[in-house]
Amino acid sequence: MIAIIDYGVGNLFSLKSSFNAIGQETIVTGDPEVIRKADKLILPGVGAFGDAAALLRKNGMDNLVIEQAASGKPLLGICLGMQLLFDYSTEYGRHEGLGLIPGSVQPVRPVVPAGYKVPHIGWNALHLRGKNELFRYISEGDCVYFVHSFYAADCGESVIATAEYGPELTAAVAHKNVYGVQFHPEKSGAVGLNILRAFCE
Amino acid sequence: MITKRIIPCLDVKDGRVVKGVNFLGLADVSSPVKLAEFYSSSGADELVFYDITASAEGRALFTGILTEVASTIFIPLTVGGGINTVDDFDCVLKCGADKVSVNSGAIRDPSLISQAAKKYGDQCVVLSVDAKRVDGQFRVFAKGGREDTGLDALEWVRQGVRDGAGEIVLNSIDTDGVKNGFDLEMLEAVCAVVDVPVIASGGAGCADHFKTLFQTLPKVDAGLAASIFHFGEVSIPDLKRELAACGINMRL
Repeated sequence: MIAIIDYGVGNLFSLKSSFNAIGQETIVTGDPEVIRKADKLILPGVGAFGDAAALLRKNGMDNLVIEQAASGKPLLGICLGMQLLFDYSTEYGRHEGLGLIPGSVQPVRPVVPAGYKVPHIGWNALHLRGKNELFRYISEGDCVYFVHSFYAADCGESVIATAEYGPELTAAVAHKNVYGVQFHPEKSGAVGLNILRAFCE
Repeated sequence: MITKRIIPCLDVKDGRVVKGVNFLGLADVSSPVKLAEFYSSSGADELVFYDITASAEGRALFTGILTEVASTIFIPLTVGGGINTVDDFDCVLKCGADKVSVNSGAIRDPSLISQAAKKYGDQCVVLSVDAKRVDGQFRVFAKGGREDTGLDALEWVRQGVRDGAGEIVLNSIDTDGVKNGFDLEMLEAVCAVVDVPVIASGGAGCADHFKTLFQTLPKVDAGLAASIFHFGEVSIPDLKRELAACGINMRL
């Protein structure tokens, strides 16, 4: 069973539906016991980093996620859920993350050329780095759907895919059993579903 | 590089897709769920659903359909029509919409944009504008293009973006349904005053119109159309291949 961690952020309808579409049962839950029993975990998230980090901390969910990741359980962070895996973010002040992957979350605006719109919204091609099992069903150049104004920086060693938006922005990371994707696999058509499928298997 | 988006728009009334010509003479086309599945599998980059129903019964049918669409297709969904309050945002987002488009509701209460952007983020709020030339000015029309609001369209989009709209859909009433191409002049004027994505709507009649749009106005992010897709006059896979062959960045 895969648990989609519900800590009060965003709408998990599409995410749950996308797992249904690939025949994978999921449970949306904030119950620590259910999360401990799950085989794999999804950390979703939309909105502002500080608010989401505070909600995670509110019920001790932060420590539970850290404990579960340390036990070797596969964990996938999606969008803001990916950003929360890092040490900290500078979105509206400095906010601490879970520290599961070394790096920080920084604004996109200063690193992209003038004339590039922020948020980075739309379909962009993935440039894969090395061979990661998360991408075993997709190909170099496949497009996925992004919506974000901040990106993961200083995380060179864990980057497994980037997307060009002026510079190459971090699109996906992997560090031991912890994975993160900046884009929305649940909104990225067949390519996105194939990434979720690879994570489930 | 980010790709240009091709977006079919589905006007839904009482649970069925309809499309007007210059907003008049609605004709029933097809099932929204079937069309959505068809478009998703043929490479549409996003879908827009406008609920043009006025009744509560129609509204309930619409949210039911939206839920069904959102559980079967996995590309971004934008929903508009009858969005007047933050509660309306909440309702369609819970049914699986990713973005919510406001039009007349924001004209009646401009604070709707800032309230919604604060609650759901700028990326969630799309300002849809129906505009028409009146006395040498681009004028905003409300109520599906029937009512001249007296608002200047350029000032209106500028204010909307300042309040938190993350995207603009510009529908030119002058070119809508005429199939002579997008309203490049109006689009260029809007692109010059905002720095968020602009989606062109109204006037597409053939693949060449999309090519002209993206080549003439590189700042336009997406092209939206309805009847030419619904009636199969333009096939999305062919269109995207043709645009890509002209050097326009597409998701194929």
